[in-house]
Amino acid sequence: MDKIKFATIWLAGCSGCHMSFLDLDEWLIELAQHVDVVYSPVGSDYKDYPDGVDVCLVEGAVANEDNLELIREVRDKTKLLVSFGDCAVTANVPAMRNLQGKTDDTLQRCYLELGDDSRQLPHAPGIVPELLDRVRPVHEVVSVDLFLPGCPPSAERIQNAIAPLLEAKNPDMTGREMLKFG
Amino acid sequence: MAVTTLTIDEVDVAVEAGSTILQASQEAEIRIPVLCHLEGVSDVGACRLCLVEVEGINKLLPACVTEVSEEMKVHTNTPRLQEYRKMIVEMLFAEGNHVCAICVANENCELQDLAVEVGMDHTRFSYRFPTDRDVDVSHERFGIDRNRCVLCTRCVRVCDEIEGAHVWDVAERGEVCKVVTGLNQPWGEVDACTACGKCVDACPTGAIFRKGVTVAEMERDRAKLEFLVTAREKKEWTR
Ligand code: SF4
Ligand code: SF4
Ligand code: SF4
Ligand code: FES
Repeated sequence: MDKIKFATIWLAGCSGCHMSFLDLDEWLIELAQHVDVVYSPVGSDYKDYPDGVDVCLVEGAVANEDNLELIREVRDKTKLLVSFGDCAVTANVPAMRNLQGKTDDTLQRCYLELGDDSRQLPHAPGIVPELLDRVRPVHEVVSVDLFLPGCPPSAERIQNAIAPLLEAKNPDMTGREMLKFG
Repeated sequence: MAVTTLTIDEVDVAVEAGSTILQASQEAEIRIPVLCHLEGVSDVGACRLCLVEVEGINKLLPACVTEVSEEMKVHTNTPRLQEYRKMIVEMLFAEGNHVCAICVANENCELQDLAVEVGMDHTRFSYRFPTDRDVDVSHERFGIDRNRCVLCTRCVRVCDEIEGAHVWDVAERGEVCKVVTGLNQPWGEVDACTACGKCVDACPTGAIFRKGVTVAEMERDRAKLEFLVTAREKKEWTR
């Protein structure tokens, strides 16, 4: 059987979900027999997201223009998109800035009111991505095929969710072991 | 004792006349999910999680406030009900600001349990991210984070009906509806509050909490509330 083209991406998240993925320990070796890691911040050094990816785990919410551009490209080029962790599924902690109001209010608060001596708003078009008005969960922006909640999902839960995918089966996402938020 | 006979999910049940469908189903050991219902205080039918189908009636009826009647045929777990319950839970998550990852009630939360029970893996409704939900930590021992309030009014009823202090009430309506203490004063300034903590035990989510309690220490003692009710009604004061 051909190897599955496997990718992971990291939007607005703390990388905790990726760390949990690395917690799979020796099962990663097992996984490596079945997949080609074609793009991943923790598993490869490719700079461009390739065509024809079979499975991609998306960590993080959609918070800035770079996130938006990447998730759209990833959706176009991926068969099965997995919302990986609470930030992707609910927007979670990154979305707490939504409670502050609009983007300008957030920037004002962080960089001016709470800033140190060198108070200034970050502005570097093309280098520092502009924040979106609202942080949003991935499925509000593109369609998502599988939801894997948890902050982060435990390594065991990650394994239970992706092992069936390798055999083109759907995982059984029911019960506290597989579904709980937080 | 007058008895009413009915069927719930094809099971024959005989209960005291005047019982609710919820009580009858508990007797028959058929589980109906609830959120605003709390053993020991009156029912208000606020959350609609306990909706059931009754043959011959087009509307869905809340089991906690609907009385049984003779020959009634109740269905508690049809695909339609399952779908609606899931939608209700999704709406509750989308309506407030539930960030379970940083919530004191994480793993000790009835809303979270319900999400698991109805099989919610994400919400299909857009999150509202309300910006006007405040946190009040003016009370010496407790706090309320209205971001996590689901307006079940369990705090209101427990404080009024068991403690007899009536500190809590519901103010405003629509999207700005909220529970308030006293005459919409900071909780710490409400003299009527006896600091008994019954509202903390009654709250199904992380909205009302004990100060300085970490996630790992958070626990609710619902049995304490039931004990108090039994004690009052039957004058049994030991547990
Ligand atoms: S879900 Fe939790 S662990 Fe994962 S990226 Fe978000 S904050 Fe980090
Ligand atoms: S109250 Fe419950 S559902 Fe809300 S954030 Fe806390 S744990 Fe999650
Ligand atoms: S504070 Fe808690 S008990 Fe009171 S209405 Fe809100 S969720 Fe219910
Ligand atoms: S439990 Fe019946 S409406 Fe809430």
